[in-house]
Amino acid sequence: MVRIFGPLVGLFFAAALLWSFAVGAINMIREPEPMTAVKEYHLAPKEDVKFAFNGAFGRFDKQQLQRGFQIYKEVCSNCHSLKQVAFRNLTDLGYSEAQVKTIAKEWATKAKTFDPKTGDTGERPNTPADHFPPVYYAGSGSPPDLSLITKARHEGPNYVYSLLTGYTDQPASLIKKYPDGKVPDGLYYNPYFANLNIAMPAPLADGQVTYSDGTKATLDQEAQDVAAFLTWTAEPKMEKRKQTGWAVLGFLIAATALAYLSKRTIWADKH
Amino acid sequence: MSFPWANHYKPSHPLMVWLDEKLPLPRFVYNAIGAGYPCPRNLNYFWNFGVLAGFCLMLQIVTGVILAMHYAANSGLAFDSVEHIMRDVNWGWMLRYAHANGASAFFVVVYIHIFRGFFYSSYKAPREMIWLLGVVIFLLMMATAFMGYVLPWGQMSFWGAKVITGLFSAIPFVGEPLQQWLLGGFSPDNAALNRFFSLHFLLPFVIAAVIILHIWALHIPGSSNPTGVEVKSESDTVPFHPYYTAKDGFGLGVFLVLYCAVLFFFPNALGHPDNYIPANPMSTPAHIVPEWYFWPFYAILRAFTSDFLFIPAKLMGVLAMFSAILVWFFLPWLDTSPVRSGHYRPLFRKFFWLLFIDVVVLGFCGGSPAETKYVLISQIAATYYFLHFLVILPIVSSIEKPQPLPFSITEAVLGTDEAAA
Repeated sequence: MVRIFGPLVGLFFAAALLWSFAVGAINMIREPEPMTAVKEYHLAPKEDVKFAFNGAFGRFDKQQLQRGFQIYKEVCSNCHSLKQVAFRNLTDLGYSEAQVKTIAKEWATKAKTFDPKTGDTGERPNTPADHFPPVYYAGSGSPPDLSLITKARHEGPNYVYSLLTGYTDQPASLIKKYPDGKVPDGLYYNPYFANLNIAMPAPLADGQVTYSDGTKATLDQEAQDVAAFLTWTAEPKMEKRKQTGWAVLGFLIAATALAYLSKRTIWADKH
Repeated sequence: MSFPWANHYKPSHPLMVWLDEKLPLPRFVYNAIGAGYPCPRNLNYFWNFGVLAGFCLMLQIVTGVILAMHYAANSGLAFDSVEHIMRDVNWGWMLRYAHANGASAFFVVVYIHIFRGFFYSSYKAPREMIWLLGVVIFLLMMATAFMGYVLPWGQMSFWGAKVITGLFSAIPFVGEPLQQWLLGGFSPDNAALNRFFSLHFLLPFVIAAVIILHIWALHIPGSSNPTGVEVKSESDTVPFHPYYTAKDGFGLGVFLVLYCAVLFFFPNALGHPDNYIPANPMSTPAHIVPEWYFWPFYAILRAFTSDFLFIPAKLMGVLAMFSAILVWFFLPWLDTSPVRSGHYRPLFRKFFWLLFIDVVVLGFCGGSPAETKYVLISQIAATYYFLHFLVILPIVSSIEKPQPLPFSITEAVLGTDEAAA
């Protein structure tokens, strides 16, 4: 039975597939898939930044994370939330508990309160136990929460850096080739953004912030710092992960070597 | 198999003697994976992967049960509860990375185990039942992995669930009501997430049960071996313990080194970044791709682009995708060559490697965007896939002239066998 029906089923699927192939191939020859502006002009993230956290031994540069946090606080937080992160987590950046308390207390958006007895809503200052408060944005576009942004994009840290430094005028050749491809009103051209046109205007520029540690606030520096900060927000346990990894691998390699030797001893008379 | 020369369990300690009379569990273990189970002496490292697969299942169950203590199966809470595990649960990040990459490790191990079975024809009599149960385990694994990937409720979770449950709508007449019944709604939402969680928790234990049957069925004829020649005498075998416990111990060590290297240094390399974006029914990702271990089958699903003999392309795709695995059930009767091992089947061996390359190509296409060039490649590759199992294997097994087999396992290992002389 199997030897009769098997080949028939096989030939049936093969015929259906070759039919699909023939139709698809003819269509492709007749109307090749059109080139699009996105395919031609979209750029992969730049890879020229050497972040301190790169590599198997990489560690966060706390000074850089503090600068990145300053940028988030002064620039990004106007539109973007950071809801997975709590103020208490900021001690990872080298702030003392007292400093974290102050940062939370002075955070511009207050925590919402609700009194179940009266039904009144109100506000209170944030505490270290609170997460960063939600951000409500009325303008066009929908600014994503930034907590996980470097994990939610391919080559996340490089992507954030490239996007922030990648704003440029739309190439004239693009409009020439794709007359429909002109940047719509209210959007901005950025070749690192998935569809080239992003609703966020260039948020950073030379001298956008004044760093308290004296670092010169160039656009490039700011973009690197905030990319590093957002790498920490996406994975605050990264350092611990890599350190644990070395201890685990060290143990496993030693244990495996012993396992190999005992295997050889046991099998010595059987080969 | 309990060959006549198998060691017998002889408890010496009074407590073990007592236990052996009341509940002979130690005897059972001794005969199953101890010194009482004689195995062919020539098993190569490809025979490590059964034990490794069992280890992966245990790993997934242990990490999964702990994760379930912290996870909230609710569409409003699931994503944040996973981040809570990653940030605030002690060692939660390690558990979750171990579980997510554990699924990938499980599939790597099982794919090697399956291809070992293809090459050495492990499915042939008298081991058909082991093979059939193995295919059942693989199907259960796919269902479990698919539902597990939905639980973090990220973008790929949601859209993957939408695409895969959408397959049921291809079934004529009852498709759409069936899909809605399975999902508990028109689109994946809280009802679907809840039942996926429940089933994702249940199915690993069903897999464990089928694995027990798989091993039970294995112990009746005993392990196959790289020559494909059955055990003839005591010199062909060694007791499982200490020989294969030692060999499996070393194999487990190598496996753990590789697995932990990924877990601790590239934990997100095998996942899709979009799954770190919370599920959003209003925003479709640019490319919906499943996890890498489904890519070959996803490519087959997408390869059917034109209706054929009045059968809608979508239905053909669904039929073909399931048939691509169901065809394995019939392997023992499609490959009728009396020789098992690919080592002695020159023609079969060529087609085996062609199939291996073919599945890799299908996987590559399944992971690529649905552009015409990848679809065309996957159509050719899928054609070969079906022809390989259903047409080529039966023909090869009847026209092929196998090379001479060694007299026995011992002769294959030592060059001579006293029993042969």
